[in-house]
Formats: sequence, C-alpha cells, structure tokens
Amino acid sequence: MKTLQIVTSAYRCNIEEQDDPVVWISQAMKAAGAELHLLLGGGAVNYAVRGQDASGLLFGGKAQTQPPRIEEDLRRLLDKGAEVYVVQDDAAARGLERADLLEGVKGLSRAELPRFFGRFERIWRW
Amino acid sequence: MASYLLFESQEPFESAGVQRHYELAAGLAREGNQVTVFLIQNGVLVARRSVRSDAFAGLARAGVLVLVDEFSLKERGIPPSRLAEGVKIATLDQAVDQMAEGRKALWF
Amino acid sequence: MAKKHLTLVMMDAPFENARTVSGLRLIDAALRRGHDVTVFAYEGAVALTFAKQAPHANAVHGRDAAQEDHPLPKDWIAALMATAAQNGGQLEWINCGLCVDERGVGEAIPGAKRGSPADLWKAAEASDNTLVIGTR
Repeated sequence: MKTLQIVTSAYRCNIEEQDDPVVWISQAMKAAGAELHLLLGGGAVNYAVRGQDASGLLFGGKAQTQPPRIEEDLRRLLDKGAEVYVVQDDAAARGLERADLLEGVKGLSRAELPRFFGRFERIWRW
Repeated sequence: MASYLLFESQEPFESAGVQRHYELAAGLAREGNQVTVFLIQNGVLVARRSVRSDAFAGLARAGVLVLVDEFSLKERGIPPSRLAEGVKIATLDQAVDQMAEGRKALWF
Repeated sequence: MAKKHLTLVMMDAPFENARTVSGLRLIDAALRRGHDVTVFAYEGAVALTFAKQAPHANAVHGRDAAQEDHPLPKDWIAALMATAAQNGGQLEWINCGLCVDERGVGEAIPGAKRGSPADLWKAAEASDNTLVIGTR
C-alpha cells in the first residue's frame, strides 16, 4: 500500500521528543515493512536542510544529550529506499537553494502535486 | 482517475496554507479526479458570504464539491441564508460515506 | 453500504483543540453507520483514554460538578466502544506505547490497548481507508 506522508508542521515538539514525531514514526513503520515516502511542505521544507544543529540545551544542570538530528533521520529514510521530496515553491519562498538541501532529496513544484498524488494509494497529511 | 476527500479545518485568515489547499483541490479536479472539500471547524467561517468566499464558487466551477459541516455552522451561528455560493450543507455521515468508498482522505 | 473498516490517527491532547471532537464525531458517525473503526492515538492523543481524568464544578456558571456534567474524553470514548458493540461492530483503540510512557498516562480505560507504529501500519493495511488528523 504505497503511502505518501505529508509533513508541513515543523519544529513543533522536536526538542522534547528528541525527534520529529512524523519523521520518527515513518522510520518505525518502514522498519515494519511499510512502503512509504515523504513530502515536506510549508516550513517543514527546512527539514531537508544540511547543517541543522539542535545541540547544547541545558535546563538548570540538566543537559540534553540526544538532541533531535532530523538530517540524519532523513538520510536514514533515504538509505532505506524512501523517497523524500520538498515542495520547491515553499523552499524558494524561504530562500533555500538546491545546494542547501540534503543529497537525494527531490524537488516538486506545487503545480505538480495533483499528478504526483496519483502515484499513491494513500496520502496521510500529518 | 481517483477520488479525494479533503477536510479543511482552518480559515484563510488563520493560515496562509488554506489558499494552497483550495488550489490543490482545484488542481486535483482539473486532473480529472473526483474531489470533495469538506469544511469543518473554523474552515466554515468563510462559508458565510464574505470577501474570501468567492473561492468556493471558483472551486465549484472547477468541479469540486464543497460541503460544509452542519454542526460547525450551527456552533458559529451561520444560518443557511448567509452561505456563499458554491457550498452545500452536509453532515459527517456524508464524509464517512466518502471515506468508506475509499477516497484518498486528507485532513488540513 | 457494506461494513467497512476505517482507521483514524489522532494526535491532539485532550482539551487543546477542536480536532479532538471532530475525530470523535467521525468515529461516532462511522460506528452508527455500522463500520468498524481502529484508532491509533499518537502523541498527546494517548491521554484521551487516561482513566484519571476527573470532572469539576464551574463556579463561573454557578454549577457544581454534577450540574456541570463536564464531558471527559475517556467517558465519550467508553460510550463509543459501547455503541460499537451495540451496532455489531468494533472500536479498537490503540495508544502508542512510547507516547504513553513519556506522558505518564499508562492507566487507561478498559478496552484501550497499548501498541506501536507497526500496529498502525498493520491496521492501515487491513483497513478500507485511513485518515490522519495531524496536530499543529
């Protein structure tokens, strides 16, 4: 059941969860045999950016030792055969260029989305 | 071709993305798909005739069925007489029927 | 229409967003129409079945707890499970286990189960359709 996971809400609870919950559950379902792919839109296009660093937070004397590493998570999904797309219009609107993005991430224009959706049996917009 | 059920729970004033969702619906319809937009929660606020409700007549012309949740309208005091052109009042039963048909269902 | 199996993913914690009630309304509508429903509660939604939710009075409106009759999601969900049974169907409620642990809401109402993302995928594959109600 080929499924597209659409993520548009970004950096919501990543620090507390030490993950993005949708990127995380996508990895977990993939490990369980799911055929799924990711589309990053809105602010979530930034998840495909190289060089994100959420490390260094300290609350009183309690440091966060395992900050979220979204870039690594996306690389892992790509390595496992998931396709990861960004909505190019949203990326460009946020000043992102191709060179800013992880290798392997593909771009789609918003105009291409209707036809792109036709490739999937299910589309889950988180 | 496929069929789609897009729930829209926000109004365009609370999220810039809402306009994109309407455009996506029209784009899917232009591709020959059967498309329903189901306005629910604050998504119904612009179903009241207003500066932003022209969008629904446009969606209807593109072949999109725009349904608006009866309870959400009642909760917000929007009577049928004040609804914009292009929308039809519906219950969640109709949304469930479309889900049961197997439409690709997305929640915005 | 023939009985179908629908899966719903919910993410919002109780009392935070109208999406919770919309999700419960969809479940209610589906059950009354004779369908089976599986809910995968993710993130904050795992607290919807937390057994220790408690009603309260409303001094602003001059109502005691009994008069206020404050709706608790756990009670609505228990009632939906009963409706499912009455209609010859099933409401399967699965809480993401890790989400339960981190929120300390392990005490759930009878009928709510603990599960994992693999259960979501399994339910989705077995279902006629799946709707994800994401959070913002």
